[in-house]
Amino acid sequence: MGRHDFHAYRRENGRVGIRNHVVILPLDDLSNAACEAVANNIKGTMALPHAYGRLQFGEDLELFFRTLIGIGSNPNVAACVVIGIEPGWTGRIVDGIAKTGKPVEGFAIEGHGDISTIASASRKARELVQWASEQQREPCSIEQLFISTKCGESDTTSGLASCPTVGNLIDKLDPLGVTTCFGETSELTGAEIVCASRAASPEVRERFLRVFNDYQAVIERHKTDDLSESQPTKGNISGGLTTIEEKAFGNLQKIGRKAKFIDVLKPAEAPAKGPGLYYMDTSSAAAECVTLQAAAGFVVHLFPTGQGNVIGNPIEPVIKLTANPKTARTMSEHIDLDVSGILRREMTLDQAGDRLIETVIRTCNGRLTCAEALGHREFVLTKLYQSA
Amino acid sequence: MATDFIVHDKADTVGVVVVEDVQPNKELTGWIMETDETVRLIALDAVPLGHKIAINDIKTGDTVLKYGHDVGRAVAPVGKGRHVHVHNLKTKRW
Repeated sequence: MGRHDFHAYRRENGRVGIRNHVVILPLDDLSNAACEAVANNIKGTMALPHAYGRLQFGEDLELFFRTLIGIGSNPNVAACVVIGIEPGWTGRIVDGIAKTGKPVEGFAIEGHGDISTIASASRKARELVQWASEQQREPCSIEQLFISTKCGESDTTSGLASCPTVGNLIDKLDPLGVTTCFGETSELTGAEIVCASRAASPEVRERFLRVFNDYQAVIERHKTDDLSESQPTKGNISGGLTTIEEKAFGNLQKIGRKAKFIDVLKPAEAPAKGPGLYYMDTSSAAAECVTLQAAAGFVVHLFPTGQGNVIGNPIEPVIKLTANPKTARTMSEHIDLDVSGILRREMTLDQAGDRLIETVIRTCNGRLTCAEALGHREFVLTKLYQSA
Repeated sequence: MATDFIVHDKADTVGVVVVEDVQPNKELTGWIMETDETVRLIALDAVPLGHKIAINDIKTGDTVLKYGHDVGRAVAPVGKGRHVHVHNLKTKRW
């Protein structure tokens, strides 16, 4: 095996997963209780309760379906049970996930009630979790890996060291054919021209700028002040970040110095142009962004933090790194990799990038991240506007 | 020599304090990452870890440079060695 190879689960569609979850997925808010009951009955399964799925329409409804189908389709999910209030939209989710070839079955509550639905879904979940528990990890190579990144509760140490560490990893892994993704549209404000210059073609550059300007228009339409305390957040400001422009240049360090982004993805859209760096139009709120990236099929996430964001995701392991020595000391249970040595000039960026690659490989081989060990499962759907 | 503050780019007008005990009149050692130069500066304010310190005199209305780029405008004069934050630096956006 090569230096960067690892052992993981090869799914029916050829994609590689680093976890082996059996997910109990609610179509809608009404079905959360039944899903949680099934997950409680059948050990080794996991319910993913969320707040939406009723009376959405248009582009917002499309995003909703893309997100739920994408989560069920993620290679970190071995099999899936879907429960919805009615069979129509439940079936749409099931059919979407079934295209991957993985086992999936849907259950509808209307006409049966919770108790009978929970009983039927639990029987199926029992069968699926026992099947999944016999899946074996196989040797996989690094180019089969899909890695996403997003930073949070950033401070100036993020731009100095933890974001550049992710950038160093991308500089090293992009030439090997790894698929990577960054997003956070509003958090590129002030650095958008520099970001646009990293597009792989004039057409991708134009599409990036269009998406960026559309998001600015949303902010202009709804803002009541200069967004101080929202973007940058209160935590960012305590950490020394003053303006959105300063935060944006720190954020952009995550894509390194060399890679060009080859496509602009809609929220939760799966990459379709082969290996390379992708930009996805996302919110800059951590759980929303990571959920969208997980729904697009990314299997491991790199999350630089300054002040100590504690986020996890139920299906995509979140690796946290910090360069803030105080955060590394006071919140060590949340930090998978401490790169504060860069600030003391005890560690080079090149060494930090290598340490992060090693942490990724260990995580892919099965080592739990801090967020997994602590039970962080933030699953937050992005909603574009009001329901009908 | 320990590094008290780091400057991203030679053109920058602010640096980032990376130690926890910067007090007025303390002599600081800075590292300019782009050029790998060492610079010295006397702090005039207490500046917390991660906060910015002016490495030049900055006039009201001046563009403040970090990463070699525009990160906002000064809304008050800032002397070399002073703390730079929300009280004297504002976004040009939104």
